[in-house]
Amino acid sequence: MSSSRFVSQLVDDMPASAIREFFDIVTSRDDVISLGVGEPDFPTPWKICDAVVGALRRGMTSYTSNYGMLELREAIAEDISVRYGVDYDPGSQILITSGVSEAMDLVMRALLDPGGQVIIPEPCYVSYKPCVVLAGGEPVTVATRAEDQFKLQPAAVREAITDRTTALLISYPNNPTGAIMTREELGEIAEVAAENNLVVISDEIYGHLTYDGVHTCFASLPGMKERTVVLNGFSKAYAMTGWRIGYACGPPQIIEAMTHIHSYTALCASAVAQVGAIAALRSCEAEMKQMIAQYNQRRRLFVAGLNEMGLACGEPKGAFYAFPSIEHTGLTSQQFARALLFEEGVAAVPGEAFGDCGAGHLRCTYATGLEQLKEALARIQRFLEKLAAGKVSAPSAVVASTSGGSL
Amino acid sequence: MREILDIINREGPLPTAEIATRLDMSPEDVEQALEEARARGILLRYGAVINWESSDTEKIYAFITVQATPEHGRGFNEIAGYLSRFDEVHSVYLMSGTADLMVVVEGEDFREVARFVAEKLAPVPGVRDTATSFVLKTYKMEGQIVDKDSTNQRLAVTP
Repeated sequence: MSSSRFVSQLVDDMPASAIREFFDIVTSRDDVISLGVGEPDFPTPWKICDAVVGALRRGMTSYTSNYGMLELREAIAEDISVRYGVDYDPGSQILITSGVSEAMDLVMRALLDPGGQVIIPEPCYVSYKPCVVLAGGEPVTVATRAEDQFKLQPAAVREAITDRTTALLISYPNNPTGAIMTREELGEIAEVAAENNLVVISDEIYGHLTYDGVHTCFASLPGMKERTVVLNGFSKAYAMTGWRIGYACGPPQIIEAMTHIHSYTALCASAVAQVGAIAALRSCEAEMKQMIAQYNQRRRLFVAGLNEMGLACGEPKGAFYAFPSIEHTGLTSQQFARALLFEEGVAAVPGEAFGDCGAGHLRCTYATGLEQLKEALARIQRFLEKLAAGKVSAPSAVVASTSGGSL
Repeated sequence: MREILDIINREGPLPTAEIATRLDMSPEDVEQALEEARARGILLRYGAVINWESSDTEKIYAFITVQATPEHGRGFNEIAGYLSRFDEVHSVYLMSGTADLMVVVEGEDFREVARFVAEKLAPVPGVRDTATSFVLKTYKMEGQIVDKDSTNQRLAVTP
């Protein structure tokens, strides 16, 4: 029975995001270096903001088409065609949404009948499972492992398939592991999808943030465009998180179904954010590349620093997260994260927040200023030395303090 | 080389090892590139970007456009080189447009700069005309926005 008089059972049963809980602890201190942030530390490029200021002055404040502005859909179609060689019809295969978050919600509701299953590799972004549950479906998680560089193994997908499996949700480059998958590796996943007639939902929000080789758009694999819904947006690559602007590209039937829901629940994405997105695509390639070059430098510095102090960290080849193992310390990642926060004022998110198989790891964002990253490395080093010397105050207290929360 | 220069231009001198890690290069290659940059007159010196207006030190800058008569066969090099030798002169540029040279002069107050222009700059042979504009307030310098208020407001923990 629901513990609340007014809230539905479904929502009442849904666990709160562990990241949110962590946030409350972090905000109680003012000397914290936060590596817990999942967004760029750069402001949105000024050209984008300026374009929106101009649009507001010209009175562009009305609703747009349910699909989103045609000009934006055309710009997106061109961008994907040039980058990945995949051609989408702006008229019927692209929907503009309030970030990938809304697109994720829509695609689940569009695809799932009650009890329909979605295979989700973990560790993964915290909202995937809730989106499936809210759509009346059933998430089926598949663990990925550090020894496989957190890449999804085709055999693991095969094992998870049942007669109720509707879709497979993948997200590479991955939050929180930074894993990417090569074209060949994704090709093996594509075979499984084709053999089992699965829809593939590919969250490619970190696609531009690929540091080793080039990102493969899942829909660019042979035969996949017809069964893939690509989700992407402007938050990460163009530093536009607060704008809430993203999009879905896919088969007309699915895009139409998503638009149907969207037309009732959101009507259209924010018009000003759409104007900003057009400016991003039309004029901010250089700014984007500049930011990515900065992330890449920080990535190398931070990951080298972690490995030097004995926190084994595979090379994150995409996104802006390092996912080091802290297992050898004997602490769980919840204990480690809390103790690190209390002892040294460094906030990182325990790996369990992203799925059980994230246990023993810590998610650290390197979309953080270089000086702060260097200071964070020094503090983590100091923490490890204290830990080794048995000087971390009362690990038992640490254990006790975690027992109350779901971190 | 370009990436190394971008880094030190923005951040100043850094340990070679750090630059090497960030750019995925060997420390030897970074050292060699820096050495080459010095030898070729690309890397002149290191410095900091300081907003003197916020300090207790009195400092004033004037942008002075100079019209000058070029010397036969040497253009403006002679006069620009001559002006560059004054300690008060912060920078000297050859310009397109109506002025020939832009001279940035640094002084403790208006009077000091005015005296420099009247007594040192204007009388230089070849200088035909000068127009002095004093800096009243700095908004952005060396690629750096001065206003501290435009701080990042992102939350401490987000998905």
